[in-house]
Amino acid sequence: MKVEITVNGERTSADVEPRTLLAHYLRDNVGLKATNIGCDTTSCGACTVLVDGESVKSCTVLAVQTDQQAVTTMEGLEGASEGNPAHAVTAAFRQEHGLQCGFCTPGMVMAAISLIEEDPDLDEKAVREGLEGNLCRCTGYHNIVRAVLVAAGKDPDAAQQAEAKSGSRSMAPGFSTGEAGA
Amino acid sequence: MPVIRGIVSPAMSILGTRVVRTEDPVFLTRGATYTDDLTDERLTGALHLTLVRSPLAHAKITSIDTEAAKAAPGVVAVYTGADLDLEPALLFPAANKAMLRPFLATDTVRYVGEAVAAVLTEEHWQGEDAADLVEIDYDPLEAVIDLKKALSDEVLLFPEAGTNSVTSMHLGKDDPGDEFFADCEVVITREITNQRVAAAPLESRAASAYWGDDGRCTIFCSTQNAQSARDEVAGWMGMDAKNLRLILPDVGGGFGAKIGADPEFALVAAFSKMAGRPVRWNESRSENMTGMVQGRAQLQTITIGGDRDGKVKAYRLDVIQDAGAYPRLGVVLPMFTRMMASGTYDIPKVWSTAQVVATTTTSTAAYRGAGRPEATQAIERAMDLFADEIGMDPAEIRKINVIKPEQFPFTTKGGAEYDSGEYAKAIDLALEASDYTGLRAEQEARRKRGDAVQLGIGVSSYVEITGGGAFVENATVEVHADGTVTVLTGTSPHGQGHATAWAMLASDELGIPIDKITVIHGDTDLIPKGAGTMGSRSLQTGGVAVHNAAAELVDLAKQRAADLLEANVDDLEIDKETASVVVKGVPGSKSVPLAELAAAEELKVFHEWDGKKPTFPFGAHVAVVEVDVESGKATVERIWAVDDAGPILNPLIFDGQRHGGIAQGIAQALLEEVVFDPDGQPLTATFADYGIPSAAELPSFDLVTMETPTPVNPMGYKGIGEAGTIGSCPAVQNAVIDAVSHLGVSHIDMPLTPVRVWTAIDAAQKEASK
Amino acid sequence: MIPVGFEYSRPDTVDAALALLAEHGEDATILAGGHSLLPVMKLRLAAPEMVIDIGRLAELNYIRVDGDEVAIGGVTRYRDLVISGVLAAECPLLPAVARTVGDPQVRHRGTLGGSLAHGDPASDLPAAVLALGGTVVLRSPRGTRSVPITEFYTGVFSSVKEPDELVVEVRVPRTGTAGWAYEKFTRRSNDWAIVGVAVVDGRVGLVNMGSTPLRASATEAALAEGRSVEEAAALADVGTEPPADNAGTPEYRRHLVKVLTRRALTTAAGISAPGA
Repeated sequence: MKVEITVNGERTSADVEPRTLLAHYLRDNVGLKATNIGCDTTSCGACTVLVDGESVKSCTVLAVQTDQQAVTTMEGLEGASEGNPAHAVTAAFRQEHGLQCGFCTPGMVMAAISLIEEDPDLDEKAVREGLEGNLCRCTGYHNIVRAVLVAAGKDPDAAQQAEAKSGSRSMAPGFSTGEAGA
Repeated sequence: MPVIRGIVSPAMSILGTRVVRTEDPVFLTRGATYTDDLTDERLTGALHLTLVRSPLAHAKITSIDTEAAKAAPGVVAVYTGADLDLEPALLFPAANKAMLRPFLATDTVRYVGEAVAAVLTEEHWQGEDAADLVEIDYDPLEAVIDLKKALSDEVLLFPEAGTNSVTSMHLGKDDPGDEFFADCEVVITREITNQRVAAAPLESRAASAYWGDDGRCTIFCSTQNAQSARDEVAGWMGMDAKNLRLILPDVGGGFGAKIGADPEFALVAAFSKMAGRPVRWNESRSENMTGMVQGRAQLQTITIGGDRDGKVKAYRLDVIQDAGAYPRLGVVLPMFTRMMASGTYDIPKVWSTAQVVATTTTSTAAYRGAGRPEATQAIERAMDLFADEIGMDPAEIRKINVIKPEQFPFTTKGGAEYDSGEYAKAIDLALEASDYTGLRAEQEARRKRGDAVQLGIGVSSYVEITGGGAFVENATVEVHADGTVTVLTGTSPHGQGHATAWAMLASDELGIPIDKITVIHGDTDLIPKGAGTMGSRSLQTGGVAVHNAAAELVDLAKQRAADLLEANVDDLEIDKETASVVVKGVPGSKSVPLAELAAAEELKVFHEWDGKKPTFPFGAHVAVVEVDVESGKATVERIWAVDDAGPILNPLIFDGQRHGGIAQGIAQALLEEVVFDPDGQPLTATFADYGIPSAAELPSFDLVTMETPTPVNPMGYKGIGEAGTIGSCPAVQNAVIDAVSHLGVSHIDMPLTPVRVWTAIDAAQKEASK
Repeated sequence: MIPVGFEYSRPDTVDAALALLAEHGEDATILAGGHSLLPVMKLRLAAPEMVIDIGRLAELNYIRVDGDEVAIGGVTRYRDLVISGVLAAECPLLPAVARTVGDPQVRHRGTLGGSLAHGDPASDLPAAVLALGGTVVLRSPRGTRSVPITEFYTGVFSSVKEPDELVVEVRVPRTGTAGWAYEKFTRRSNDWAIVGVAVVDGRVGLVNMGSTPLRASATEAALAEGRSVEEAAALADVGTEPPADNAGTPEYRRHLVKVLTRRALTTAAGISAPGA
């Protein structure tokens, strides 16, 4: 069936099988290969893109579900078409060495953009929890977390020191927590 | 943080400085180009390969019906082993010669995920539909999962081999028996598991192939070493390696699991020839979690003996290595484990044995550290068990027993020749950085209060071997007439930043800025020789080769410039400001740019460097964990890593390697394990089930740096790729056990998941209340 | 991996969706956020012939106070629950639980109605709605009916919802200042709960302790009788049948549910946990 999706500001259209995943639409129909597929189970986040400004895992969204919506991939970020990582997040990833093999990077970058958009006042813990849906096998996340803090306008050294001194880390959501109200 | 710098880089040198990576602008804009991303015109019209894989761990194949699949939409061909002109191959030379792997199983399947049939379709999504229609009947056989049971040979994977034993090392030969520990006041023995883990690079395996009209085959693939992968595939296909070209696009991580070729590479090439069209293959994660080689998988018996004053006098390590169904590089892991058995310690008597056994599981091979982490984990657990028994602080016992600086070079009982090290200093730095004394006080306070969340402190001292096994590497450096430089390297980066690091090394000699230097790797026509990237070897082999090639190029340039400048070669030098040959000490004199020399005549040097020996990086880690003793949940709060791999070329990349390594060590300690049920069914075949940590499970890491050069190469470099994993994993395991030791727990096998930790506490408490 | 082929429709109204559902019967499935459905379709564990996408039906996307209850439209996303000012004031347990589901990307897609309809006993929100004593509103061409969540589930992934019915609304009581807490226990942040315990106003909902989300009835009864938190929590596993898997044995889950219930009750009562 026919879909029309605005990708990185440009209208794209194709006749696709309904089962076509958004990730495959972007890679095969539009020819944008930055978005990677790293797992089958919505676990790794390598395929993360923005749909109408929010991060989603494009391996778990059908292309037809985003008909008439706007999708942003890493290729659509500031400076990308000139090969210049000029977006605050991509620039910080480069400066802080937030990538090694690069496979998780496009998804990690898009997840980070959405995270900062939703919570500009991030600390280290919020960044770590906010990236819980993106796996990286190379960096140990240390420099990814720094890069996102930098992109959010924070001092990464100060943020990491504050977190290190804050004591127990085991209170992240998804960990045993006591969300509370009386 | 204290920083000790053994070598002070000369002023103005780019070496040792923080240089952001030259590969990143592309990676952060259009993205890297992995094998599955290729739009290379040579792959135009490629068919897509989907493999039909065994759902059973051990079974006879009774029939294969491909008719329905052949009729499915988009299907061009369906092949089985009967169609294939590839002889079953021995995937590792030192394995039992009867343990041959067919490229498509014909009679017997020996692990879940073994390829049985192949579907070629016009579109990738048609392959899954058609694969579902291939009907294969199996007659189940008993699975072989337990290692000791496998060694009993009751059920054989290869009846023609007559045994499941792949090989053994020093087994039963001159066994010293109980006498070995006769002079020890205290002897402790216990069995520990170094569990099977999955490397799980984010890019799974992929390969594409086409055949040219000249009869040559080109394979684009994801591997850590193009040249040996080429030779392997050529061997399997019975063709001359000259007729095979491997090209590596960007590679999305490897961690040892992409060393060499996978049998699927040969399948892609063979099917391309059979179908007469290019063929592409890119496995799914579910396939990857059973099809890609896995690491560790050792059952170890450690025995340690010594006196109550803390002196360890004898240590014995007996290893059973799980090889999986078709022995591969896993066979060699115990060799490294045995060589590194005694770790950083000067132990008068060391004995080790190993048995390697086949099971109906995924084959094992290298994973970050490959045999050395298994040795470190064993000796570091042994040290803690011994310390616990004699009531000594675990840091103290390590300092008593480590090899002293004046003992280097030190040859171990395992035959390793340690080049340089300051093991006690590394421990002291880690203790100081972590405020070890303060941590112990905090631990004591929590124990006294009976807190639900207890503190654990784990210490590890490690030494590892880098560049082991493949000491030779080559580089070609060429200056072009436009002033740019091309570096060809036999190494094979997949995240390690060689494009940046090798450019720095060349730049430092030539005076040409790194943005004018292009590093090319992984094309076997351009670079016919090379050992690739594994075993933390690249800098000390390939990096030194680049340095030497660039230095030779400078010599060559000086010889050529001598006539032009009418000067003696010995009076010439490179002016690094202008990348020109100038006369020493005569500012403003005549000079000739390297580019001009290149314009006159090809200015290119090939250099092959033979390091002849491995090097031995070392360090010490202190991990602090919190353990919720009610739930068993352990969380790493802080980790201090003192790592020494000689002089640092680029601290950005150096620290990045440590971060990634530390994370994988923590992950093995706490979360990751490949699990098979008794029928051989994998229970961890997706990322939903296999416990790779996210950012939320890890802390930031505290790094402390030492730089002790090795005499093995002129730059003093050792390797850093695997050190983080080797150091962090035992520190974290020791820390978790330390957190609950006051409750009567002396050991818990990895991964230290909540259920395991709680079960251990619960059992100890029940034992205590008897 | 890619699903088996299917037909897809995105009707513009609930009525149109219901008509399609009635037409295709059990061959059809409802897609809202798709984060329970698409993963099983990709693994080919489910292969519906017709997929009816209701994810963009604005008429099912709302959170509003309605009398003593908060009414939440079926396709309201987890993210919308998390940031809802109405829920923060009227039913704070729900956004707190929603925040623990999956990861941000999942929360941008997954819906409350979808989670309840899917009925995974390891899911967070069904147990939370159970603890709240909420109601599931089902609609079909035959009409609309309200089913108390306590009567909704019949087994693993199964409920009293008929194939032609759609979860159009979820109603939860306005709990106001009543004490609440959610204790979710996982290995990794975005894993499914090994065990979860939702507490609100003296009611206790359990995640992953049986084939359906469960209420810890013995614990609730003990609390009603005025017994201590410790005593009540010790009964949290009564009547449960916890599963065995790689993350935990039944014995472990029975232990864990007591610990987590004690902590949740303690937190909900506003007492700080000793030594934790």
